[in-house]
Amino acid sequence: MNRFMLPLGIFVLLAVVLALGIRHSPEKGLIASPLLGKPAPQFSLPSLTDPVRPVRSQDLKGHWYLFNVWGTWCAECRAEHEMLLQVRRAGVVPLIGLDWKDDDAQAREWLQQLGDPYQSIAVDRSGRTAIDWGVYGAPETFLVSPQGIVVYKHIGALTEEVWTRQILPRVTGSPATRS
Amino acid sequence: MLPELGHFALILALLLAALQAFFGIGGAALGRERWMAAVTPAVAGQAVMVATAVACLIAAFVSDDFSVVYVAENSNTALPLFYRVSALWGAHEGSLLLWIMLLAGWTVAVAIGASRLPARFAARVLGVLGVVSFGFLLFTLATSNPFVRLDPPAPDGRDLNPILQDPGLAIHPPILYTGYVGFAVAFAFASAAMLEGRLDQNWARWTRPWTTSAWAFLTCGIALGSFWAYYELGWGGFWFWDPVENASFMPWLVGTALVHSLAVTDKRGLFKSWTLLLAILAFSLSLLGTFLVRSGVLVSVHSFAADPTRGIFILAFLVVMIGGALALYAWRAPLLKSTAGFELGARESFLLFNNVLLVIAAATVFAGTLAPLISDALKLGTLSVGPPYFNPTFMLSMLPLLALLSVGIHANWKRGRLGDKARTLLYTFVAAAVLACGVVFGLYSHGHILTPIAMTLGIWILLSSLVDPVDRWRRGLSMSRGVLGMTIAHIGLALAVIALTAVQSFTVERDVALAPGDTASVGGYEFRFQGVRPVEGANFDAMGATLVVTRGGRQVAVMQPQKRRYWVQQQVTSETAIRFDRGNNILLALGEDLGAGRWSVRVQIRPLVSLIWIAAFIMAVGGALAASDRRYRTARAGAPEPATATARQPG
Repeated sequence: MNRFMLPLGIFVLLAVVLALGIRHSPEKGLIASPLLGKPAPQFSLPSLTDPVRPVRSQDLKGHWYLFNVWGTWCAECRAEHEMLLQVRRAGVVPLIGLDWKDDDAQAREWLQQLGDPYQSIAVDRSGRTAIDWGVYGAPETFLVSPQGIVVYKHIGALTEEVWTRQILPRVTGSPATRS
Repeated sequence: MLPELGHFALILALLLAALQAFFGIGGAALGRERWMAAVTPAVAGQAVMVATAVACLIAAFVSDDFSVVYVAENSNTALPLFYRVSALWGAHEGSLLLWIMLLAGWTVAVAIGASRLPARFAARVLGVLGVVSFGFLLFTLATSNPFVRLDPPAPDGRDLNPILQDPGLAIHPPILYTGYVGFAVAFAFASAAMLEGRLDQNWARWTRPWTTSAWAFLTCGIALGSFWAYYELGWGGFWFWDPVENASFMPWLVGTALVHSLAVTDKRGLFKSWTLLLAILAFSLSLLGTFLVRSGVLVSVHSFAADPTRGIFILAFLVVMIGGALALYAWRAPLLKSTAGFELGARESFLLFNNVLLVIAAATVFAGTLAPLISDALKLGTLSVGPPYFNPTFMLSMLPLLALLSVGIHANWKRGRLGDKARTLLYTFVAAAVLACGVVFGLYSHGHILTPIAMTLGIWILLSSLVDPVDRWRRGLSMSRGVLGMTIAHIGLALAVIALTAVQSFTVERDVALAPGDTASVGGYEFRFQGVRPVEGANFDAMGATLVVTRGGRQVAVMQPQKRRYWVQQQVTSETAIRFDRGNNILLALGEDLGAGRWSVRVQIRPLVSLIWIAAFIMAVGGALAASDRRYRTARAGAPEPATATARQPG
């Protein structure tokens, strides 16, 4: 080992870290891509909060919305909840929730305790709709354009950074820093 | 048809790149003249094919061919022609094509200049460039083909990302990429030298103009990006230490070190292995910059993996290119012995400090940029690194660098004694310190502790850079373009330091409440408020204020900041009014309605801010001038030059 091998050693180390990064979430990633740029899957599901009116995908056309998949059984969802409330307060784009394989009563209790960031919540007890959307694990958030096209997908808890860097610029069509 | 033709041309280009690499490296290794003779035709053929592919994609954009996915995603019938062309590099696939096109351009330029090089060495250089091109073409064809069709075709395109619909941003990527790709040439020269196992001063002389030109393009590209961020993003930030910015800044820092290290290798035959390493590093960081920015790796590892084939391919490519070069380095660098020595205090020692400090600076930026990524990959939680980290750590390496620069340019090669230069340095330093303190404490009576220090260093570099040229001019002596370019680049750096110090220290910001007819006085300017009127826009309505700005009774500008409400999203945004006046930058933002016609207005005055970008362009001009020095064009193969004969030449 001489000093001329040091750069190679450092590089190999770095490559291993990056390789770990890729191996880290390949399954999630595989499912992430197919929907992007394609029309959002159709659905018509009962609403968690409104017993009369179902939540239907065709009613959502014509404006932007964020489709957020969650469940009370999901720890990450609790972590992202504060961010969702913040998104609601920003009032830029409505949140449509998909309560995935969950218990209705528990879900209502959750919203009462933590606050309800959603415009409406579809209940997907069987998990069929989540399969249509290619959901791998909660939470996942999809950004859908007024034309009904999935333009962005985020896996894992929604963060401030994703919101300002990825979602806001797409919705407002301008950098988020101008406010 | 055209998209298929483009696709086919890319495949042919891939094959020609393979031939170029094989005949170049293989021919040189086996000493087969006829193989090496095939390299130049391969380069030319590849360039023609790549140009054909680019033309096909541009044609698809111009003719609104929405049966091509890439066009449908990045253009629209309503998009002006200019942006339809620049939309070519509006996203990942087209950016790669741009990269390949620029590489083909650089390769052709090298092939034309190769008549001055020994045949074997030239074949190796072009062969290595062929390997790089092959990798990029393979990546494009396998994972990011811009010619994929959409069936059925889209009725209209999704449109180019609105923030890219700006002339500044339309020309910024090609210039930046020209810089990135230019370091591939330095990399190829370094690899060829390592394959050959021989590196002399001629090698440095061949490599220098390419490296310096690439550096000049990169400087320009970064400055354009920063300028765009400033006026487009509104509230007056010219550098955010954003991962995307850092990705372009790291190759610049290392490239700057390389430019200086090459000077030592050229003049004195020293720093050989160090120069090689910097050449590899500069190109590696360029590659990293290209991939990281476009693939979104830096936002999160997850998005890196969003398309695993891409991620794995990128990593494999980096491992082959960089890993291969570094392995070659570990094997060959120990063979390169430098025989000459130098004393502490000689110019070599200052350039060594320059190199070390620039590499440290690049390393701190690298650590800060990749730390969030690594912590994410290792599941250590999310980490956010911002200006509180970057600013002080960067200053830590930059201040000593600036302090050593003035002495360094006056130091002699080889010998450590400064002699009568010491007096010149002392005089210029004292003059700089007096001037700086005059500005800092006289003109502005506030500032940070570092303000007078940084200001002194900036002015000192300016004055000491001018000593030699002024002296020569008075004695009627001419100056080579190399020395002139260096001087201009150093003056550019000095102006940048002065401008950055002024902006960071002397920016004035005030919130004022104004009724119609009121006047506020901020930073030497008078702002007369003429009230607020409703304004109707295309997709918003707004309240627009009118303020007349005067300075000493002379009207400077009429500025109209607005507060807009967009109908669709009901979002309120503040439209900042920005004006440049004598290098000062005035920003006005309309605040709240305070009732009875009174409004709050935020006034910000940033002195010398335009000088930051002007200074960067001056640096780039210096680089371009230095790269065009005659001695690089006349340097012929096999004309060794004794190191001692050049010992006193500045450069």
